[in-house]
Amino acid sequence: MFDFGIVTRWFDQLLCGIMPGWLATTIEGVIIAVALILVYAVLALFYILYERKLCAWFQCRLGPMRVGRWGWMQVFADMFKILIKELIKLRNTDKFLFELAPYLVILASMLSFAVLPWGRGLQIIDFNIGVFFMIAVSGLGVIGILLAGWASDSKYTLVGALRGGAQMISCELSVAMSIMTMVVLAGTMSISGIVYAQEDAWFIFKGHVPAIIAFIIYLIAATAETNRGPFDLPEAEHELTAGYHTEYSGIHFGFFYLAEYLNLFIVSGIAALMFLGGWMPLHIPGCDGFNMVMDWIPSVIWFLGKAFFISFIIIWFKWSFPRVRIDQLLAMEWKYLMPIGLFNIALMTVVVVYGWHF
Amino acid sequence: MEVSIFGIQSTTLMVVALLTGIGLVAAALIIAWLIAPRSYTVQKMEPYECGVPTRGESMMQFKVGYYLFAILFLMFDVETVFLFPWAAICKSLGPNGLLSVAVFLGVLILGLAYAWRKGALKWA
Repeated sequence: MFDFGIVTRWFDQLLCGIMPGWLATTIEGVIIAVALILVYAVLALFYILYERKLCAWFQCRLGPMRVGRWGWMQVFADMFKILIKELIKLRNTDKFLFELAPYLVILASMLSFAVLPWGRGLQIIDFNIGVFFMIAVSGLGVIGILLAGWASDSKYTLVGALRGGAQMISCELSVAMSIMTMVVLAGTMSISGIVYAQEDAWFIFKGHVPAIIAFIIYLIAATAETNRGPFDLPEAEHELTAGYHTEYSGIHFGFFYLAEYLNLFIVSGIAALMFLGGWMPLHIPGCDGFNMVMDWIPSVIWFLGKAFFISFIIIWFKWSFPRVRIDQLLAMEWKYLMPIGLFNIALMTVVVVYGWHF
Repeated sequence: MEVSIFGIQSTTLMVVALLTGIGLVAAALIIAWLIAPRSYTVQKMEPYECGVPTRGESMMQFKVGYYLFAILFLMFDVETVFLFPWAAICKSLGPNGLLSVAVFLGVLILGLAYAWRKGALKWA
């Protein structure tokens, strides 16, 4: 499997050879920033098209077809249209908080996006407490949503923000707990460490029963945390028109839209990282020929494939289940997911301490 | 220090990602500010309520239930902060670590059971 670390190290040495260290670091930082923005934007656009197409196919429609082949340029047209729309601020809005909210939402998704491991040697932020960092920064998004609804000075946005806050903080707990279950199995919080621990087998196979329970809890809680259907209460369109971003227009709204789709990718990426081996290929012990073929597929393809697969499942949820009420959602989270999650951590610890895992 | 891509420290890269996020929003806002049209009417500055003028204050009262869930969240969030370091090393702690954390988890579950019993989880 190709190690991208070789390329980056070679490039680093090349730069350090011809210029002082601080300049080389600055240039590399700029390269990383440009790459981040490009990948972020392209991925968000891809996800918008991906969801529109999937939802169309689930409903026996074709989806966007007119702009470009199979409508692939529709998202570019939409984004450009959003960019040239007027930015409206209401009379009574809290101007500062209203402007601050999109920054927080984008920052939360950008920082947790930078933590994801894309391939061998292709990971930007790699703390030894990487998982913890990821959960911490993704929590910033809740503040953005609460501020957006609060500062807009509208009844719909206020209700949407409160619902969003209650729902996201509740489900964040279950997400953190199922991630913690896998940290128990991995014995490390560093993202690269977790990926390398899955070299022989993915965690979902390694940790049998508790890992599968954690995976299911994670999928449900992550769907709720990203405000996607059937848990899209903060923006339930027939009750609250658009929820917390009702009063945002133009690119201001575009930021929430981008961050929402990026969050879908991020939670899928985290699921791929924690349960499906990150960028590690599928290996079956004993089948050397099969393993060699799997090794031949690049690591980036593995990671993206797994993330897109999990996203497909989450989008599938949206078109299969009716929307739940806020009391049903909170009851599900606090009376089922959370106690099961706590119990599951204990179960996983027993499994790990007594070495019953593979 | 944890070294990541290009041999740069992760803390530096975190700052880079932070600035990238701020830069992305600021750049898009500047572009929109340059090319987007601007107009002013009195009606446009009203909050959107499906065509009907707003009645009373927009900052209305809301259910105290949200607040209760926020308090519960606070308790369990702090708990996850305490559990993460244990989770990372529980393999080497062995059965003793499991036992001591079981006491901690037990107290927390008692707390959840108390809140449940008192009806804090009920959306009435």
